[in-house]
Amino acid sequence: MAEGSELLSIRNLHVDFETDAGLVPAVRGVDLSIAPGETVALVGESGSGKSVTAMSVMRLIEGRISAGSIHFQGRDLSRLPEPELRQIRGGQVGMIFQEPMTSLNPVFTVGQQIEEVLTLHQQLSASAARAQTLELLERVGIPSPERRRVQYPHELSGGMKQRVMIAMAIACRPRLLIADEPTTALDVTIQAQIMELLRSLKREFGMAVLLITHDLGVVAHFAERVLVMYAGKIVEQGSVRDVFKRAAHPYTQALLGALPDPLKPALRLSAIPGRVPSPTMLPAGCAFCARCAHAFEPCPTAPPALFEVSAGHRAACFLRDPRLTFVPTLR
Amino acid sequence: MWRFLARTIVQRLLLLVVISIVSHTVIHLAPGQPTEVDPMNPMMKAEDIARIRKSFHLDDPIYLQYVHWMKDLFTGELKSFRDGLPVLSKIWPRFFNSLPLFACTTLIVWTASFPIGIQAALKRGSKFDRGTTLVAYTLISIPGFFLSYLLILWVVRSFHLPVIGLRTFGTESATGLVRVMDRIWHLVIPSLMAALTGITGIAVLSRYVRAQMLDVLGQDYVRTARAKGLDEDRVVYGHALRNALLPFVTMFGLLLPGLISGSVIFEQIFAWPGLGLLSYEAILARDFPMILTLNFMAAALTLFGILLSDILYALVDPRIRLE
Amino acid sequence: MSIPVDPVPAIEALAPRAEAEALGIAETPAQQLWRTFRKDRLAMVGLYVLLGLVIVALLGNLLTGWWVVFDPTTVRLPDKLMPPLSVPSAALASELRPPFGSYPFGTDELGRNVFARMLQGSFVSLSVGVVAVGISLSIGVTIGGLAGFYGQRKLGPVSIDTLLMRFTDVALCFPTFFLILTVVALLPPSIYNIMIVIGITSWMSIARFVRAEFLALREQDFVTAAKALGLPEWRIIFRHMIPNAMAPVLVSSTINVAHAILTESALSFLGFGVRPPYATWGNILADGRSYIFDAPWLFLIPGGAILVVVLAFNLVGEGLRDALNPKLRKRAR
Repeated sequence: MAEGSELLSIRNLHVDFETDAGLVPAVRGVDLSIAPGETVALVGESGSGKSVTAMSVMRLIEGRISAGSIHFQGRDLSRLPEPELRQIRGGQVGMIFQEPMTSLNPVFTVGQQIEEVLTLHQQLSASAARAQTLELLERVGIPSPERRRVQYPHELSGGMKQRVMIAMAIACRPRLLIADEPTTALDVTIQAQIMELLRSLKREFGMAVLLITHDLGVVAHFAERVLVMYAGKIVEQGSVRDVFKRAAHPYTQALLGALPDPLKPALRLSAIPGRVPSPTMLPAGCAFCARCAHAFEPCPTAPPALFEVSAGHRAACFLRDPRLTFVPTLR
Repeated sequence: MWRFLARTIVQRLLLLVVISIVSHTVIHLAPGQPTEVDPMNPMMKAEDIARIRKSFHLDDPIYLQYVHWMKDLFTGELKSFRDGLPVLSKIWPRFFNSLPLFACTTLIVWTASFPIGIQAALKRGSKFDRGTTLVAYTLISIPGFFLSYLLILWVVRSFHLPVIGLRTFGTESATGLVRVMDRIWHLVIPSLMAALTGITGIAVLSRYVRAQMLDVLGQDYVRTARAKGLDEDRVVYGHALRNALLPFVTMFGLLLPGLISGSVIFEQIFAWPGLGLLSYEAILARDFPMILTLNFMAAALTLFGILLSDILYALVDPRIRLE
Repeated sequence: MSIPVDPVPAIEALAPRAEAEALGIAETPAQQLWRTFRKDRLAMVGLYVLLGLVIVALLGNLLTGWWVVFDPTTVRLPDKLMPPLSVPSAALASELRPPFGSYPFGTDELGRNVFARMLQGSFVSLSVGVVAVGISLSIGVTIGGLAGFYGQRKLGPVSIDTLLMRFTDVALCFPTFFLILTVVALLPPSIYNIMIVIGITSWMSIARFVRAEFLALREQDFVTAAKALGLPEWRIIFRHMIPNAMAPVLVSSTINVAHAILTESALSFLGFGVRPPYATWGNILADGRSYIFDAPWLFLIPGGAILVVVLAFNLVGEGLRDALNPKLRKRAR
């Protein structure tokens, strides 16, 4: 992938939070790039730093970007002054969030909230904005848009609220849509509908999508490339086919192994023992070491770097790393 | 909507009746007879006492006394124990004295608390926030009369703001404008004191505003508003504030009872002849009809205030608009 | 090859310590609370002041009541209205001399040792606050807990929850200060009446808090787990739910003690408090009102003391509220 053609290019991102317990590094050196029109998924458990990464693109987090850069269409968003960043927010980059129930302002109507984006970024008149809103509502699959437009968020179901969020996010035809766990809080059947909606919108507008999720099924059906995050770092990345079929990192393997397979009924579901380490107590070496079935000597002492498993497929693990010149001591 | 309203009103009225019965019982069960107020008065002969007791129905059983009270109250016939004058005619002028004090205090409190609270929330952790927090805590902790007397000490010695009574002696014959200005002049210190230290004063209210604002600023929809690219002013004042203000609209209705009960202490200090002072005097004199009437009025105001805040809440919050 | 899964027994969910250990965190919620609380410097100052107050109050009661070192009731007319840190006049009879040969806080209009009166008053004022809040706590927790836990059961045509909450609403509608005033004025003046009447007029908000917490807790998994294990109801309520519901109650109570002390002083100011010679800070303040120009220390000392103590209670209460609020703990710059 040529350097200059990327839509979004995150390099060496470090994000820290200040809490009562001290400085917490939520993201520790993440590289991520998205080409125009590409769908990239960022997966990981809760606490892996995937949401923080996504939200720091538009600087919506309370933490501090302590290092790294976030280039969008050539400009570094992490250093952009606020007024220019605001033009990009909602205009060229749209974002939808996990909790549709609380992400819409309860005291404004659905129509008012969508029109707000239109009048802000496209300077439409009130009547033009209203017409556009109705179109948008219809496009995202909300029936009787004239009625819904004047309703308040609490009068809509969860799935419909998420559709409204999507309408707000794509209203200005953004180049990039960031979807932070868009279906986690919804019923399974609605999940499928929402993902289908996103897919058709993506095709129609040629949007790139950064999808944050912990649901591997959604990734398999929707994304082209996937990055796996653990404890603030990327541990594996590549095309969905490469990563799912030939996972190189023990964590990814365990994640995939934990999915129940209807064709291979097991007596017990496999789960990964232990817990994600607390960000305040991170080990010196590989963060997954304590839970890894294949951990050996170099793991606890040095953090592994990403190596190339095959073209476009990278993993950060000493196990298969050909650069490792370590000779295990014989016991 | 109307059925709900009617039902609520009926419920409140019933509540009012219950409260009046309870307070009536409590007062009459308390030891101490009105005629004991002046036991040493040689002019009170036994037959006088008996006559007074008869005219005020004091020897009747308690429920009958209640009926008498209610009847007299609503026909305007209720007479005070102290001087036999109708209770309502004594309350009215005092009410009009208390009203400007109450209005002025409320105005000061509500116009000052919001900017202070909002700024403290926006600049959380800053010197402004910490400073106002400390000042607020101190004001909450000072006994109201303590601060008032301190201020009187200081004010009497340095400035010439009046601290006693409604108007300067001798202004009754002055022109209307002078009288009005004089009134306002006299209002300043008492209402300022009540605004600073009362339980519904600036100190408490600005803390609530701050807390509510902080709560709302942490909500998801504020993040959504930012993600849409809105500038910070619009996010804070358009999206966040609109939500943060909701509970205060309802609180407004609950202020009403303060008209009677809030002012007892301040009226005493500043010799402001209002309802608070009236209740104080009535209690001292064991003037049952007066006490009961004022209590009843306070309860009625409270219930009316609750009703008002319910209605306002329904008007303002789209989530509870009733079909 | 499948990796075996550790089961998490339901019992672990009920015991905070075991859960904390399983997570690799070595402290209980109580310890965590203390750690967060400690970081708030103002709240810690308040806590130290309160500790000091308790000591002073206990000592004060001892030294003025039992083993009389500082006598609050001795009248010394030759020595009236002397400023703080002054020494007794030569004309004073030797047996009336104050201990340590001086009046640290001066004397009042009857020549009584203000320091001694403040000592005596400290115990009374503090106990008014504590007892009043104790009463309101007992009533409030009982009513709120019953309404929250048994709410859905019906007693005749209405549910327990509706019944208790309507009762609470009615109680809330009474104009409180007015009622306190009326009751206190009509009953013989006694410190116990004041305590009781403040207590029975301030339980309502506690009841609401407890009910709200119970309603939320009732749905939580650990309660269902406890029921599934067959624990008797009273045990669930007392051992498991009430400790979890205490957070807002704790905050509320500290602030209510402050409020009770202020109310007592207001009542004394209006002349309805405890009668002399018994001293509370409230009535020392009220008496001092008349001498505000001539002997300002009679007014400033008790007022300042009330201010400091009430402020301390408020700071501790707010510190507790901040420490108990999980959202505020994750604050980032």
